[in-house]
Amino acid sequence: MPAVAARPRLRVGIVKMASCDGCQLTLLDLEDELLALASRFEIVEFPEASSLRSAGPYDVLLVEGSISTPDQAAEIVELRRQAKLLVTIGACASYGGIQALRNWSSHDVFRAAVYAHPEYVESLATATPVSEHVKVDAELHGCPISPEQLREVLVSVAVGRRPQIREESVCLECKRLGTVCVMVARGMPCLGPVTQSGCGALCPTFGRGCYGCFGPREQANAASLARTFELEGREGEEVSRLFAGFTGWAGPFRSVIGDFGGPPGMTSGATSPITATTATTATTEGAGDAG
Amino acid sequence: MQGDDGGTLVADAPGIDHEFKVGYITRVEGEGSLSLRVRDGAVVEARLRIFEAPRYFERLVVGRTGDEVVDIVARICGICPIAYQMTAVHAFEDLYGIEIDPSVRALRRLLYCGEYIQSHALHVYLLHAPDYLGYPSALAMAVDHRAVVEQGLALKRTGNQLIAALGGRPVHPISVRVGGFSKAPRRSDLDGVRAALDAAVEQSLATVRLVATWDPPALEHPQPLVALRHEAEYPYNDGRIVSTDGLDLAPGAWREAFEEHHLEGSNALHARTHDGRVYLLGPTARIALAADRLHPLAAEALEATGLRDAIRTNIHRSIVARAVELLHACAEARDIIDGYRPPSEPKVAFTPRAGVAAWSTEAPRGLLHHRYEVDEQGHVTHAQIVPPTSQNQGAIEADLAAFAPAVLGLPHAEATHQLEMLIRAYDPCISCATHFLDLRIQDERSGKGT
Repeated sequence: MPAVAARPRLRVGIVKMASCDGCQLTLLDLEDELLALASRFEIVEFPEASSLRSAGPYDVLLVEGSISTPDQAAEIVELRRQAKLLVTIGACASYGGIQALRNWSSHDVFRAAVYAHPEYVESLATATPVSEHVKVDAELHGCPISPEQLREVLVSVAVGRRPQIREESVCLECKRLGTVCVMVARGMPCLGPVTQSGCGALCPTFGRGCYGCFGPREQANAASLARTFELEGREGEEVSRLFAGFTGWAGPFRSVIGDFGGPPGMTSGATSPITATTATTATTEGAGDAG
Repeated sequence: MQGDDGGTLVADAPGIDHEFKVGYITRVEGEGSLSLRVRDGAVVEARLRIFEAPRYFERLVVGRTGDEVVDIVARICGICPIAYQMTAVHAFEDLYGIEIDPSVRALRRLLYCGEYIQSHALHVYLLHAPDYLGYPSALAMAVDHRAVVEQGLALKRTGNQLIAALGGRPVHPISVRVGGFSKAPRRSDLDGVRAALDAAVEQSLATVRLVATWDPPALEHPQPLVALRHEAEYPYNDGRIVSTDGLDLAPGAWREAFEEHHLEGSNALHARTHDGRVYLLGPTARIALAADRLHPLAAEALEATGLRDAIRTNIHRSIVARAVELLHACAEARDIIDGYRPPSEPKVAFTPRAGVAAWSTEAPRGLLHHRYEVDEQGHVTHAQIVPPTSQNQGAIEADLAAFAPAVLGLPHAEATHQLEMLIRAYDPCISCATHFLDLRIQDERSGKGT
């Protein structure tokens, strides 16, 4: 494709906030394509992999991790200014991640539980997704993200089209794979009906219920699924714990967790009010014009 | 924090104090910075500061079951999630008195082999090799050394393939459960990766030979070494905690020898021995304490390098230790698959009970200790997680204090490079060690080192 090759390489940055580095690692896990991608993209900022640094500007900025410290809250605003396209990668950046479960609890209690001198620890009262701080052009879901979806976003940006990512539930992936429904056949609680696909229905295929790491699908009726779990004899915390995982802060799941008494182990005295705002789960499809 | 990565040498009080800073240490997992205070050529203070945001995992697991803990603690580290899953799962199984099927035990080892292959291949080729060959990154290195980078990527892919065959995906695999696996693979599920492992054994043997030819900076600063040691196996999931000082403890008894300290004048938690000494974990320690348990192919390759003693005293040689372990993991994985028979049941049933669930395993970066207090329902009431990097930080700082005076006369960028290279030789995983903030070396230790 000489027309594409003739374009200047796009300046890409990969940065992290509060996270495990697993989603950035997924970029390095595109082993076969990595060297080929490097011919289309100039990776100007990727401190985990390169000593060369750049403060911007970026044609595309991939952001991993939730906003959890005052420094990060300031930094993301500056990074947004430097980025033509800002794409969040993974459950932490897109939904707040597992650490957002502390948003139901007292920040002070959490700090004191881990640190002998909590006053030295700089963190915000809540861990929140990037979209609660700045405009996000596209979100990749998953804990971790799917390498295929990451490749799709990079390729679509390179050729200037919209990324094509399916909007459907994990159930449909199970059906296509012929995986027997673990909820129907084995009575296991499963978040598949309300969870965005993308993982390949891994958990049901491996004989366990989906734990929702790709987050709620569009218009997910999580409350209805929660009532189903309730009718099967679970109550209160036994329902909330099913939703209180890596995407528990996403609107529909957050509502259920709140309705069923909060996540397990929560403390009293949350520092900020817990409200289930409208889900901010912009689908990747249709977002991220690569102009 | 953004910007040019060159170090800055700032004269605070002319002629007396200098401060040398590396604002953001690159090619490590996570976010950290280094600062040294230098007086008349001597390092009077070294600070390895971790500004990775705290995520409060030890509190997040409160109220959760063993199976939930296995899923949650994986997210401490995207590079070594299996180490976290394994340490937690063994801790709960030990408390609940669960006897796992021998085939399940073999699968756990196989899964750990996968993590060693991908983690060590990542570090040796993508993070560490550019230091020796003189490039800012593996991608830049690939322009001149494409075959080397491709060999590293191929090894990494094999590790990922192995993890995915057992746990669905390379990062945060999903099949590890208290009592076994949610599903055990059929022998045929492993055919693809078995074929790749033949090539991986050759590639990792070539890796040992390659990295053994790279000349490291001189450094002789031996620390006491600590690792697991098992009666028959190279240490992954099981064994006793031993040291070059003669320590010998059960894997759950970490607290009998070590503790997390809060140093006066610092807001840091350090892991130390009870008598306050630093120690070193990881490939260097394992090779020193368990080389006789290596796979014969890896043992032979290690001997051929003639570097066994050098590995022990110069941390820069850790790249050789890592390469030997890469070969071990590939060769053992191949043997495990060849001898594999699926378990009759992938998972055994169990009843939770109250008590303390504590265990240690060997993460790629060294001994990882977990301790959970559990109530009658099997819900965690208190947790302590001690990652290898937080235990190694004392040793890293001691080596920095010893090494820094020799490089501080160099041009700034070169001095920064040399100090970063030393830090990278430890393969620190700062994401794991987040809650060990803002470390400093006190004057007396830098005095000893210089």
